[in-house]
Amino acid sequence: MDIVLLSRWQFALTTIYHFFFVPLTLGLGWFVAILETIYVKTGNPMYKRLTKFWGKLFLINYAMGVVTGIVMEFQFGMNWSEYSRFVGDVFGAPLAVEGLLAFFLESTFLGVWIFGWERISKKLHAAVMWLVAIGGNLSAYWILVANGFMQHPVGYEIVNGRAQMTDFGALLGNPRALYLFLHTFFAGLVTASLFVLGFSIYHLVRNHEPEAFKKSFYISALIGLISAVSVGLAGHAQGVYLREVQPMAAAASEAHYETADPADFHVIAGIDQQGRKTTWSITIPKALSFLYYFKFSGEVEGLNQVQARYEELYGPGNYIPNIPLAFWTFRVMVGVGLLMILLTAGALFIAWKKYPDKWIKRSGWMVGIIFLPYIANTTGWILTETGRQPWVVHGLMQTKDAVSPILTPTTVLISLIGFALIYGALMAIDLFLLLKYAKKGLVTAEADSLPIAGVETHKKRGGK
Amino acid sequence: MDLNILWFILIAVLYGGFFFLEGFDFGVGMLLTAITRKDVERRAIINTIGPHWDANEVWLIVAGGATFAAFPHWYATMFSGFYLGFFLLLLALIVRGVAFEFRSKHDTARWRYGWDRAISISSFLAAFLLGVVFTNLVRGVPIDGNMQYTGTFWNLLNPISLLGGLTMVMMFCFHGANFLSLKLTEGLRVKAHANAKMYFTTALVFALGLFAALFFTPSAFSSKGWTTLILPVLAAVAMIVSRVMMESKREGWAFITSSLAVVFTVAALFVALYPNVMLSSSDAANSLTIYNASSAPYTLKVMSIIAAIMVPVVLAYQVWTYLVFKKRVKADNKTLIY
Ligand code: HDD
Ligand code: HEM
Ligand code: HEM
Repeated sequence: MDIVLLSRWQFALTTIYHFFFVPLTLGLGWFVAILETIYVKTGNPMYKRLTKFWGKLFLINYAMGVVTGIVMEFQFGMNWSEYSRFVGDVFGAPLAVEGLLAFFLESTFLGVWIFGWERISKKLHAAVMWLVAIGGNLSAYWILVANGFMQHPVGYEIVNGRAQMTDFGALLGNPRALYLFLHTFFAGLVTASLFVLGFSIYHLVRNHEPEAFKKSFYISALIGLISAVSVGLAGHAQGVYLREVQPMAAAASEAHYETADPADFHVIAGIDQQGRKTTWSITIPKALSFLYYFKFSGEVEGLNQVQARYEELYGPGNYIPNIPLAFWTFRVMVGVGLLMILLTAGALFIAWKKYPDKWIKRSGWMVGIIFLPYIANTTGWILTETGRQPWVVHGLMQTKDAVSPILTPTTVLISLIGFALIYGALMAIDLFLLLKYAKKGLVTAEADSLPIAGVETHKKRGGK
Repeated sequence: MDLNILWFILIAVLYGGFFFLEGFDFGVGMLLTAITRKDVERRAIINTIGPHWDANEVWLIVAGGATFAAFPHWYATMFSGFYLGFFLLLLALIVRGVAFEFRSKHDTARWRYGWDRAISISSFLAAFLLGVVFTNLVRGVPIDGNMQYTGTFWNLLNPISLLGGLTMVMMFCFHGANFLSLKLTEGLRVKAHANAKMYFTTALVFALGLFAALFFTPSAFSSKGWTTLILPVLAAVAMIVSRVMMESKREGWAFITSSLAVVFTVAALFVALYPNVMLSSSDAANSLTIYNASSAPYTLKVMSIIAAIMVPVVLAYQVWTYLVFKKRVKADNKTLIY
């Protein structure tokens, strides 16, 4: 096995894993801040309990986001040293600023939030949670500015074979990055909404503290519906822009092989990668043109034509990414997204009908909605990152040239296996804790300041 | 002063800040299992650093990011060259991070004592590996004309860098004990005093040994002559003063001076390194310097403006958090936050 492949597997594994935790952090921060603000405004202790309950789950999840994030920060240098040399000038800056502007904010104030309940005023304490939520979402912006540059490089020039920054403003305003951010921001909110909604249903079905969990249910269904619609709209806009700047990735997500005007939309299709065509499909005529141009005509460039154009531009080679992967991840994400709009609308209807008992009793299965955003988040990123292949920086550097040349397969294999093992173990522990706290409900959130049950003094060693 | 020099200094400051701050919480982590076996007391010890350790760790993240932005070649050569070292460091930081968060989320003795041990071991490993890395930068490692590291993992583990690793470990135990003596009460405070005294001698001997070794072998240190010894001497003096202050129970001063000792030690390494950022032991001409490893002036300028605005803000709110939590932590179940 070669180091490029192994490094890619490792990068994919660690990033996807990191991104299991990130969206919940991004979204749940807002929820906790809102709940605490209501508590401060109304003085109703139920909201304090809710704040502590969702806050606890936020913390368990957050810890995993932090430790997997550090891996990300170092991996560019470790596995992709030639990439780092090539783009450091441009790409390093947003990473550094992310730490300085966002991580410091988030981590410093989260420390104050956890330990500061009795140390600072109620108002200040709530304000601190707002800073935490803002910090997290700021970090998303900066990292996506970095990622946006890989997708669609702007504000640079090539000097002596290296990319040099020429326009910081252009980098920050890169439309590719702004779309990524908008979509991710709402994806975070959706993730948190369905998380809160799912566990609220769990407790309502069991009639635990119905008053409090009805509040959670209502807030999360409302925010959930708004953000589920928004994530779709933002995603659509992102896709339209994608066709302009990365026509190959856009065509890949639709398995659209031949240029056409008007172009048809494949709902599903069989794909023949070698023959570079679709073998069968369920098709909506002219719909692809409609999605891109909002009218039933308009040319949409096909994979084969982009390939021909790129060969002229960049020399001979295969510039087509993995089509079935892009095609199906896109469909899974969008399908899940539409499903979530239906489900949150349904939930809102239940709330509007004042939670009829017989409906609540039968909605136990809806706890499963917690998983949906995780599926959409992961497939979304697989689409984005594999759709960009074979480029690591679109049009400028290919992934195979980005790897650290001095690594040996054994070295990368050691770290890959190491990360896989420790991540597997941590996932099990994290799920165990999340479920334990989420299921126990509001009581644990307050009574958690307990020493080991009954084991006040553990047996001493050798009279020390 | 040109921007390359400015960024070299800024990065030195970031690593210095990291070692000063995370230094005491690595120390606290290592001492955790040694000081007591009572759950409440361990919780009290962890709570001395609880509000701060994550923000302290971000100093390392920002230092890494700044290295990437300002000196991409340094970032690329160091992280790819020391690959397995950084891999182990990452494992240690992962385990340490989740251990703090997870230990109190479940209440069986096995669970808690298991995570406590994990905290101690991972704190030790992280401190040790960082010491090894930084010693190697100064001592020099094999680098070819294309800025690629040509050694293996085992080249990193030479006697001097191992000594460097152990020096960090000992200094952090000393520094951490000083911090604890400032933050704990009653019996635990007394134990922290005892630990500070206990680690003082080893830390001093190791630090002196490290600098002597760097001075008497061909290295960035020796090539610069006697002036490079000024900072190590200051570090040693700071440690001695810290010990004296501890004797007279002036814990605040003991902590301030042990912080200075850490800062002087890091500064000594960076001063020796300048104007290189990684010394090549294959051929001095292959060394990475603040000029051949850096980003273009435009990037440095943009970054300088952002740093000039943001660093004071960050420092201000971080100082504020230490003020919020300046009260000593009592090992009492009624007041401790788990
Ligand atoms: C809860 C999560 C979630 C949901 C419901 C959706 N997405 Fe998404 N999608 C993501 C989570 C996500 C993501 C993981 O956050 C990605 C990866 C990169 C990004 O910015 O967002 C993404 C990427 C992504 C891309 C990226 C292509 C690229 O930039 O390379 C497109 C075109 C869409 N999405 C479109 C949609 C549409 C039309 C949806 C309609 C319902 C949709 N997404 C739902
Ligand atoms: C700044 C942000 C990011 C950068 C710079 C980045 C960069 C990279 C690089 C260098 C690779 C390895 C080479 C390659 O195979 O493309 C990669 C692959 C990948 N990344 Fe990202 N990535 C970023 C964010 C993310 C995030 C948050 C995810 C979330 C899950 C993600 C998902 C993936 C996946 C799935 C691959 C595998 C692609 C493949 O193996 O073909 N990326 N990315
Ligand atoms: C692929 C490149 C990425 C890198 C290098 C990276 C880096 C990091 C680092 C170092 C941390 C730990 C910070 C701490 O200790 O407090 C972290 C956590 C986090 N990251 Fe990532 N990350 C990447 C992708 C992403 C993406 C794409 C997003 C958002 C869309 C994101 C958002 C976050 C959030 C919200 C956290 C939670 C904890 C925290 O901020 O401290 N990251 N990341």
